[in-house]
Parts: sequence; structure tokens; C-alpha cells
Amino acid sequence: MEDFLYFFTFQDPSITWVVMGITLLGIGSAYVGTFSFLDKKALLGDAISHAVLPGICLGFVLAGEKDPRYIVTGAFLSGALATFLSSWLKQNTKLSEDSIIASILSIFFGIGIVALTALQKSGNPEIAGLNSFIFGNAIGIAEADLFLYGGLSLAILLVLSLFLKEFRLMVFDPGFGKAIGFPMKGIRFIFNVLLILAVVIGIQAIGVVLMAALLITPGAAARFWTDRLQPLLLLAAFFSILSGILGTYVSFVVPQMPTGPWVVVFLSLIALISFIFSPKSGIIKRFIARRSYLNKTHRDHLMKALFKAREVNQGSMTLEEIYALYPFHKKEIAHSLQLLTRQGLVIQDSQGVQLSSLGTSDAMRIVRLHRLWEVYLNEFMNIAPDHVHESAEQMEHLLTPELEALLEQRLNYPALDPHQETIPRESHDL
Amino acid sequence: MTFDTNAFLIILTGALIAISCGFLGVFLLLRKMSMTGDAISHAVLPGIVIGFFVSGSQRSLEVIIGAGLLGILSTLMIDALRKKAKVQLDASIGITFTLLFAIGIILINLFAYKVDLDQECVLYGEIAYLPIDLWITPSGINLGPRVTWLAGLNFFLVTGFIYLLFKELSLTSFDEHFSSAIGIPAKGVNLALMSMVSYTTVSSFESVGAILVVALLVVPPSTAYLWTKSLIPLLRLTAGLGILIAILGYYLAYWIDSSIAGMMVAVAGAFFFCSALIKGNWPLGIGGTSKSSPAFDS
Repeated sequence: MEDFLYFFTFQDPSITWVVMGITLLGIGSAYVGTFSFLDKKALLGDAISHAVLPGICLGFVLAGEKDPRYIVTGAFLSGALATFLSSWLKQNTKLSEDSIIASILSIFFGIGIVALTALQKSGNPEIAGLNSFIFGNAIGIAEADLFLYGGLSLAILLVLSLFLKEFRLMVFDPGFGKAIGFPMKGIRFIFNVLLILAVVIGIQAIGVVLMAALLITPGAAARFWTDRLQPLLLLAAFFSILSGILGTYVSFVVPQMPTGPWVVVFLSLIALISFIFSPKSGIIKRFIARRSYLNKTHRDHLMKALFKAREVNQGSMTLEEIYALYPFHKKEIAHSLQLLTRQGLVIQDSQGVQLSSLGTSDAMRIVRLHRLWEVYLNEFMNIAPDHVHESAEQMEHLLTPELEALLEQRLNYPALDPHQETIPRESHDL
Repeated sequence: MTFDTNAFLIILTGALIAISCGFLGVFLLLRKMSMTGDAISHAVLPGIVIGFFVSGSQRSLEVIIGAGLLGILSTLMIDALRKKAKVQLDASIGITFTLLFAIGIILINLFAYKVDLDQECVLYGEIAYLPIDLWITPSGINLGPRVTWLAGLNFFLVTGFIYLLFKELSLTSFDEHFSSAIGIPAKGVNLALMSMVSYTTVSSFESVGAILVVALLVVPPSTAYLWTKSLIPLLRLTAGLGILIAILGYYLAYWIDSSIAGMMVAVAGAFFFCSALIKGNWPLGIGGTSKSSPAFDS
């Protein structure tokens, strides 16, 4: 608890710096990453983040020490080379995109490991710091580095907000953008530069292996809460900041704990919660919607069967007759029967099951919709009468009263469906 | 530049691992699942750590079982995110492997006081120590390096797996619907392939490291794919590349005194880029070997 207060009241200026740093780079990578997620190129960021390792080593060799300017430049150059190579390979070979990305990623990382090992064996004491690029160390960000990383993050945010319209076009409809005269190639180039920059500054905190999470996960999680671009970006940035701060806190409290993995765990938790509980398209929401739709279809089918039984003057049906109609859905039909009886739409007595007067008008509507749709398909779509049933089986559950009125009007209140069966209406005596 | 028993053993082990990975990689490539292989090789980490923690040894059956389970779990998780939660495929892969890898690193740090598991060793291995790590039977007979035996067993199992399931693997890779229609359990074959990938990853992680396994899974098959499209030549070429990579990688690493596994990957990369330069479609006017010359049949 003491640690908690100490951390979150920002008494220690170095904590303030670290939190500011992780906030800035979290926003930067979440913004860029959300765009590349929407562009369905999420794994390019993963390739770039592995690919910066040789550049980091090169920057180290050239500077002779851990100078952030050299390291950022080196990392940027090797990230740019990887991006260029992957787009060149995509255009000029028959390899598929995922094998290109996996190849680039592992080749560059392998070269990076060769360079890193060679440097380690050279015995330079400064080299120990380079390892932190593999797993990241936000606590280790020095105040001087922060200005460089923070400045680059701000630059990314600025460019992204200034050219929001252009990047939106690139993600959603590059063909249209080209047609109305935007230089789409240039826009993609700028975007790739931003992506590489975001990776280069992000690996400080989170490391090369896990950088992909900082790019992909916030956007993927936010996508479950909104369909609009601007709230999406803000939400992704918020998720990123939240888990960045929580991750830093854990690595501050627990000694010897790297920051990156905890940031990723918190981000993934947010994402999993979004996937499961989102009221818009979460797993639970879709499960419930599907269940209630299926229940409605079973209920509708049962009512329809009872109505048809009455049409042929049979009055009521026995349970066996009903189950025989739907041999694969006995349980569901029994469930709907129970529900309908409780609602008073269906009466069960010693002779069997029949519709109540309230249920009759409900069932009549379903049969009416089914047959109206058959007439519509037959007359307006020129579909043969023996082909219209399947579609009507689905549409009878979906047509709204407004559509029903429109259909009636268009078809001029037909009396018979294509199979010469009466279309039942309230005024019609059975 | 010498050739002695140690050099031979290291090259032999490297070649065995490269060929096992390459064979599996060919099928991953044909299924457009190279990134899934990458994801598995990251995701086995927590399994390795837990297995290590339970058994207290890096070379136990628990480690292999743990890694195998995690490998299968990661494919199932990718599938569930894609189908149940409707997350696009690339994002499902990215989220799954980063989460599992992060958990692995956290576990390593949590158990650091109990487990002598170096995260760098897990990530990029060290094949150079292989000749020291001998397999000595309780009666005291020296059977040679343990890792070489492991790689040999892995190679034997992978080739056996591909030989036995060759028809199923190739059918499900090229036409999943047709293979389902004639009664091959495509999902089961897929899971079996993924289990083999996880097993290969874990059996090689000591020598080439979990991350560099992915290079051997992806790069030699991609290189071979640039030269041929038929399956059997593809497998042969991949195997040949694996042997070449092991030999060149060893001597180059020896020369500049660096990581052998990393150098094997760098050599594989050199082959890959040279092949791409030769077989790639150059823009008209530069190379003139363009195969996609405009057709006049429209």
C-alpha cells in the first residue's frame, strides 16, 4: 500500500518521468498500431520490431557507447530496410505475405543475435544495457533519453492528427483515394515511417519481442467498443496508457521484474475482457443474441405447425405428431411449448395441443409472412414456386410489421400464395 | 578453421534440427500458416518454464509435455479468437503469442530463485556448448552429446510423421474441403502438425533457442519455394538448404566468434535474399526476366 501511494502520488520525480514517457509512447504506438490493425497489416509491426535489433547493435558499434541518438537512428534504418524488403518481396515474388513477414522477422533477428553475441564477447562493459532492448525496461529510461523519445512520440501524434483524413483513406479505401487525386504511395510511405518510429521508441519500454502487443492489442480491444475511427483511436490510447502505467507499477514494486511482459499481460487482459463482455459484439452478447434468435425460430415453427393443423381442420395435435415434425429439435420444441403455454398462446389438454385465440392471431401472422414472401419472390423476383419455400422459411422470422405492410401494399393484398394456399388475415374466417 | 569431432557433432545437430524444422515448415508454408509457426515458437515458453519448475530439470519429459500443451493451446486460442470473437487472423496471432510469451518471461522472473533457466538461453540457445553436455548412462558409458541424440530423435519422429501422414498432410494443405469430403479429419491433421511444431520447438530450444527455431521453420522452405512448386522437390531442396546452412553457419560463427544459431539464420537469410533477387520479377527494363509479361489474350 505504501508502495502504491508512493508510486501514484508521484513523489519521486523519476517515477513522474517514467510514467510520462510510457504514456507518450503508449499513445504513439496505439495510434499507429490501430491504423495498421485496420489496414490488416498488424504483423508488419511485429516484423519491424524484431528487425530493429541489428540496427541497435550497429548504432552501438558506431557510437561506442549507449547513445540513444545513434541507437534510434540505427534502429530506424534497419526497420526501414525490413519494411522496404518486405514490400519488395511482396510485389516481386510469389511468396505469401505471412511467409515474407515471418522470414524477414527471423532473418533480421538472427543477424541481430549474431551482432549482439559478437559484441558481448568483445568485452565492452557498456554492452549490458543493450540486452534491455530485448525485454524492455521502462524504469531504466533516463531523463535525457526521455526528451528524445517523448519528442518523437509527439511528432508521431502530430503527423497522424494532421493527416488523419489521408490515413483514413489509406486504411479504408486506397483505390478511391487514388482516384480523387491523393498521392497514396506517398501517404503509405509516411505511414510506414511513423510505424517504424513508433516501434523504435516503444522497444525501450517493452522490448523487441513483445512490441507487437503494444501495436496490435489496444486497437483490437478498442474495436469491440466502437465503430467510429476517432473514439477508436482515443480508446486504444487509453487502454495503452492504463496498462503501461500498471505494468510500470508492477515492475517498480516487484524487484527484478521487467516492465514489458506486465504491460502486455495487462493489455491482453483488457483485450480479453473486451472480446468477452463488449455489449456491441462480445462473445456473450453474440451468444445471447443467437440463442434468442434460435428460440424465436423454434417458437415460430411450432406455432406454424399448430396453425396448419387447424387449417386442415384437425384442431389439435398430439405431442408425438409435433415431435415427429422436428425430430432433431425435440428439446428446443418442448422448451418453446412450455413457454407458449405459460404465455397463454397455446392450450394443452387431454386431446393434445392447440392454439388459443390469442395464439391464433400470432401464428396467423407468421404463416402470412411466409406466404407473402413466397408471393413476392414469385412475382417480383421471377423465382419458380417450387424454389421459394426455403427463403421464406428464413424471412418469416425477420420481417417487421412495416415490411409486412409494404409487402401487402406492393402485392395488392393477394389471396393465395404460389402453392395455392390461402394467405390468412384477421378478417378471414377460418 | 578445423574439422574435428566437435565441429562434426555441432554441424550434424544443426543440420538435423534445420531439416526437421524445414520439413514441418514446408507444410506450414503451403497452409499459409508460417506466422502460426512463429506464434507457437514464442508461445511454448510458459510451458517450458512450468515444466522446468515442476521437474527441476531442463531435460525432463515434463518440459516437453508442458511445451507441447502450450503449443496446442496457442493454436486453439488463435482459432477461438478468430472464430468465436471474430478478431481478424493477424491480430489473433499477435495477441496470442505476445500474451503467452509475456507470461513465460514473468514466470522465469518469478521462479528465478528456484530455476536456473536463463531467458537468453531459452531465446537464442547455445549450440556451441553441446559437446560438453554428454549423455552418460548410469553404468558410466559415454554415449556422446545429449542434444545430438535429442535432435536425432526429433528428426526421426518428424520424418516418420511426414512419411506416415504424407497423403493426409498434402491433401489438407492443398484442398481442405476436398480432404474433408473424402473423410480426412482436416482439423485433427492440423492439430497433429501443430503438436509436431511445438515438440520440435521445445526439443531444439536448448541448442538454437525458441525464437531462432522459427527462422529454420520459415526461411529454408520459403527459399526453396522460390525455386520450385512441386512438393517433393520442395522437401528435398529444403533438406539440402538445411545441411548447407548448418555447415556455413558453423564456420562463419567460428570465424567471427559469435552465436552459431544466429549465424545459421543469417546464412539462411543470405540464401533467401539471393534467391529472391534471382527469381523475383524485376520491373521491365532492368532484368528482363519478368514472368508476368502482359498477356494478349484478353
